[in-house]
Amino acid sequence: MLVARRLGKRYGEKRVLRGIDLELPRGGFLVVTGPNGSGKTTLLRICAGLAQPTGGTIERSAVRAQVGYLGHEPLVYRELTALENLELYGRLYRVVERRERIGMLLERFGLWDARHERVASYSRGMTQRLALCRVLLHEPELFVLDEPYSALDEAGAELLDAQLAELRAERTFLLATHEPVRVEPFASGRLALAA
Amino acid sequence: MSYVRDVGALARKDLLLELRARDTLPAMLLFVAAVFVVFHFALPGTPSRLETSGLLWVAILFTALLGLGRAFVPEREQGTLDGLVLAPCDRSAIWLAKSLATLAFLVAAEVVALPLYALFFHRVGGATVAAVALADIGICAVGTFLGAMAVATRARDLLLPLLFLPLAVPIVVGAVGASVVVSPGRYLGFLALYDLLFAVVCWASFEYVVAE
Repeated sequence: MLVARRLGKRYGEKRVLRGIDLELPRGGFLVVTGPNGSGKTTLLRICAGLAQPTGGTIERSAVRAQVGYLGHEPLVYRELTALENLELYGRLYRVVERRERIGMLLERFGLWDARHERVASYSRGMTQRLALCRVLLHEPELFVLDEPYSALDEAGAELLDAQLAELRAERTFLLATHEPVRVEPFASGRLALAA
Repeated sequence: MSYVRDVGALARKDLLLELRARDTLPAMLLFVAAVFVVFHFALPGTPSRLETSGLLWVAILFTALLGLGRAFVPEREQGTLDGLVLAPCDRSAIWLAKSLATLAFLVAAEVVALPLYALFFHRVGGATVAAVALADIGICAVGTFLGAMAVATRARDLLLPLLFLPLAVPIVVGAVGASVVVSPGRYLGFLALYDLLFAVVCWASFEYVVAE
């Protein structure tokens, strides 16, 4: 699903990643750990196709439509409602039975009652739940999740745990976290980046 | 057909954002009205048609710059460009939808600007309206493309006018020409050619602007 060899990334003079090798087979669950500034986010952005490496090679069998990316930003519009945001992404990803799927996800993540409210009025945790709905909406093959538990309360984190458990067998995951213990039951491998 | 649907969904989103936030259009309307009032009182006597045509186009260009400068603000502030870039739609749909939304704002500003111009200066003829329509397409196509380039830089507010104004010189030449000559066909043809050429270039190369 994803193979990287001697992956490197520089921003001008600053070297962010150097010589990263990783192999993530279909159905794998790779947990990326490391201190702040170790390049976790950059690595995930490269793997999702949002950034290009400046060194090494990366091969990804999943095309854009099959990648579900959750970054530090929720990638939703604050002036739109949850429903409008998911409608937009549903159209762009050509989700079949879009309305039903959106309704199911909003129900599952406890946002159904707030579906007509603008995201600007949401708490950080609710926005993160909506971001998770956005990622799950098109049923991607490859999940690239950067700190997915951030801002979630315990109930939200348990919802995410349940979602990961449900999809673990049939999907591929690349997940960066400062809480590796939480995702230990799902992990098939671990990549520790040094600062 | 799916391309048209993508453009429609993205343009609808941009119009909805403006409807909710009201950041861009009120500023454009206020600016263009203020410019004509200032010109009206600043110019001594009765200015010629050629002079006021130039003023009309200065007002339109700078009003458009206000809109273009705001075009990618939601994406920049909320980081949503990543979400659009990752979506499996053709990336040029993002440019086309933004251009259409900006065009809608510019046309709305001109609905106010042209009657004001007629009130303060000279009657607006059919050739001027045709020139405005053709120039708007070029302004929005090129300006949106450059806006996407500028938004990725720290000097974005400075960069957009620096890149856009030199490329808008042919628009001003064609539009002023069409507004003042007796047979404006040649100038309108020039504007249409500019639109076609730059629209194709922007459409074909937008992918490289948003990809890292």
